Amino acid sequence: MPESIVSRLQGTGAHALELDGVARHFGALVALTGISMRIAAGERRAVLGSNGAGKTTLFNAITGDFLPTAGRIKFFGEDITDLPPHERIRRGLRRTYQISQLFNGLSVLDSIFLACRGVSRRRFSLLRPASTDVNMAQAESILNAVHLEGDRDTLVATLSHGQQRQLEIALALAGAPRFILFDEPAAGLSPTERRDLVAILNALPKHIGYIIIEHDLDVALRVSEYVSMMHNGRLFKEGTPREIEADPQVQEIYLGGRHHG
Amino acid sequence: MSLVATTPATARPAFLGKVGAGHILLAAALIFYPAVATDFFLTQIGGYSLIFGMIGLSLMILAGYGGMVSLAQITIAGIAGYAVAIFGLNNSNVHGFGWPWWIVAPFAMLLAATASALIGWIAVRTEGIYTIMITLAIATAAFYFAQQNYMIFNGFPGFNGLRAPEFWGVYWRDPVPFYYLCLGCAALAYAAVLYCSRSTFGLTLQAIRDNPRRMRAIGYHVTAHKVFAWFVSGLIAGLAGVLLIWFNGRVSSGTINVAAAINVLVIAVIGGLKHPIGPFLGAVVVVLMQTFAIDIVGAERFNTLIGLVFLVIVFVSPDGILGLWERLKPHLAQDSLRPGP
Repeated sequence: MPESIVSRLQGTGAHALELDGVARHFGALVALTGISMRIAAGERRAVLGSNGAGKTTLFNAITGDFLPTAGRIKFFGEDITDLPPHERIRRGLRRTYQISQLFNGLSVLDSIFLACRGVSRRRFSLLRPASTDVNMAQAESILNAVHLEGDRDTLVATLSHGQQRQLEIALALAGAPRFILFDEPAAGLSPTERRDLVAILNALPKHIGYIIIEHDLDVALRVSEYVSMMHNGRLFKEGTPREIEADPQVQEIYLGGRHHG
Repeated sequence: MSLVATTPATARPAFLGKVGAGHILLAAALIFYPAVATDFFLTQIGGYSLIFGMIGLSLMILAGYGGMVSLAQITIAGIAGYAVAIFGLNNSNVHGFGWPWWIVAPFAMLLAATASALIGWIAVRTEGIYTIMITLAIATAAFYFAQQNYMIFNGFPGFNGLRAPEFWGVYWRDPVPFYYLCLGCAALAYAAVLYCSRSTFGLTLQAIRDNPRRMRAIGYHVTAHKVFAWFVSGLIAGLAGVLLIWFNGRVSSGTINVAAAINVLVIAVIGGLKHPIGPFLGAVVVVLMQTFAIDIVGAERFNTLIGLVFLVIVFVSPDGILGLWERLKPHLAQDSLRPGP
């Protein structure tokens, strides 16, 4: 790994996310164990691993959907291990879901507007939002960032799968995120839509770091600076995209030894 | 227009600008209705439909926007009714504190809304069919409690001799004033619900209906919003309850029995739950049927006829009369485009 990346990623500067010995057990099932990682502010990390490796459980532990059985989680230096999910969201942590979690009865713009309002102080209001509303303006700009400006007033239920995945990302971009967890954003997308997705991710402001879970190596390696490999609930290898791609053990476990990219 | 209308209301300078031709025609027809209607049609059909439309509307808020089907709406209206009897005046020589109507009516509404929020607070722990079950259980318990408790509810006979207020030289239970009173209240409730449906709270409630998990994940307190929806719904049911009691002049456990609870659900389902106008359409149909079915098929079979009409409407259009209209509209439009002979 080039020295500059090592020093930037693993230096002593502020970390966006620090996991220390995080574990999650479901009864006798060990979904996560001994996960320790440090991710710098603004860093873009891919987490790879076969199905059942514990990637989504890791996300759930970070967002607070499941509390970890052991270990501590720090977000920008603050211990958030015991905070409820909405408190973590207010600190700038966002996530997307493997299966889109959208509001089928609302329009695209209203969905993003609600996501922006959710982290503002005015999330409870009996008034209609004015056209000059700051959250509405934010929603409009996010709409452009995820290339959905043509579907501003479209009902979410009638969007194509690809557009729903874009909206999924839009909801995570609302309200000044500092760090985003993307859970397989490219799942089910066509090659063209994947190219769009890569463009959207690469165009995110540089201060927003993320972890991306992605099965498609072409996408994962093009949008990340550093890669962590998971297997059976453990982290077993970390490196740059190039190192990971070339690693024979990774190929064996993750790619069935067939990939020679 | 449906519940999920996508036209943003945000860019409009005033929401009054949005009032369409349909609303203006409807308002004109309702305002001039007393000019052609007999007293019977003014109160027994007009007033009664508007009252039950409002109770249906209180269910529509919960079910249409919030995804929570409640069978306790008549119970909530009944709480307001009992409050009017207990804190106002009655002829039953039980309680009757004699508070003036302008304190009793808002107090009764507030009491109903608070009770509604409490019922909601219990009910929001459940979803789908279990919400129906738990609210049915609460409605049934409230009915039996009111029937057997003489200390507060005066048991089976309930309270008689409840009078509508008299002010500005008008006795508001007279047919024409009562009709306009109901129309004013219903219009207010309808407009408020229509406005709120596109407010931040309305959008939030609809989003919670669609995906509570995501709403939590973007920072909302899902339970608090749902309970508040019950409170708002309780205000409207309470208002309708006050009018119902002024209309009937009495309140007893029979007002809030299980048949009445199901009646509200039938009204809302027949009308349609996707738009606030639905419950009012449903109320007109059900009130007309309940009034005239007896003349068509006799006293023994009128419930059968009502049941059959309900089945046909639900079978043909699961979204009620509103859904039927949505389906017919494209055909009507096409017909009008066809060249004449």
